[in-house]
Amino acid sequence: MALINPKKKEVQVKLVYYGPGRGGKTTNLEHIYDKFQNRIKGKLTAIKTYGDRTLFFDFLPLDIGVVKGYNIKMQFYTVPGQVKYKATRRLVLRGVDGVVFVADSMALRRQMNIVSLMDLKENLATFDKDIFKIPLVLQYNKRDLEKEGIRLLSNETLEKDLNQELKAPSFAASALKGHNVVETMKKAISLTVASLQEKLELKG
Amino acid sequence: MDYTIELDENQLDIIEKILVEELVHIGVNTVLLIDLAGNVVVNLDDGKTQHDIYTLAALAAGNFGAVSEMAKIIGEEDFALLFHKGEKDSIHFSKVTDDLLLINVFGKEVSLGFLRLKVAEAITKIKELTGFVGP
Repeated sequence: MALINPKKKEVQVKLVYYGPGRGGKTTNLEHIYDKFQNRIKGKLTAIKTYGDRTLFFDFLPLDIGVVKGYNIKMQFYTVPGQVKYKATRRLVLRGVDGVVFVADSMALRRQMNIVSLMDLKENLATFDKDIFKIPLVLQYNKRDLEKEGIRLLSNETLEKDLNQELKAPSFAASALKGHNVVETMKKAISLTVASLQEKLELKG
Repeated sequence: MDYTIELDENQLDIIEKILVEELVHIGVNTVLLIDLAGNVVVNLDDGKTQHDIYTLAALAAGNFGAVSEMAKIIGEEDFALLFHKGEKDSIHFSKVTDDLLLINVFGKEVSLGFLRLKVAEAITKIKELTGFVGP
């Protein structure tokens, strides 16, 4: 949950990048870190395995400016995508305010995307959060692989598999090339902060 | 978006005062009151130390959450002591409420036993003065 500190005039907002293993969640954060380094006081913290896979979570804090007199501090997290880390993903989702779901556009990952989205829905429900109500953006990552002759799912297929009921904003992207990474992030931030504005107005 | 922890300026002032008196004054170099989502509610230090408190809070919440799950797996409700000993500085974790954690970073000049006593007093005072902190 967003933490409003009336003394510091500061709001901490938690945005989690979710999705199947090797889908590009960490690559998204790495790109954001490279792009906004001059605005990031801390560093990108990554708890990884020796095989460079996310073990616990990645964390990146980013100040995005002032809204209604409050300094908004975004806290970006990624979760470990591998199926065996379900319990860890639930831990990281605690207090989430917004989600970016990073889907893998590779055709052979189709089922993993669907399983991961169901996993997100279940884990949100353990915190009484509804996937249909939480600020959510979908990213269809790895579109750059098309040029290398790798079979990708079409946008239509991804929308049908993942977004038919959710009707969330979605972006075709390449986290590796940096295409639509910032756009995804900005949309997620704007949806999340919009849901916060009413509360900030009441606080005054 | 949920806002299950809401503290006004007066409550934050009271909590800061308690933490300064009970902990910073005995030599603790950093005190963090955080929620289990990894957000920083209150942060205080001795004026000489500067840690990346936001990253520390995120990691501390994750750490505490993971350890709590491990406790449940082995049939424990929770562990009474969560403490990491360093060569120079150490970290002590305490649960304040179901949603709040108190983190203390301290050096060798502060004994763990004394710290635990003062932490317990601080937690009692926080709960008394604010009624109940959190949901």
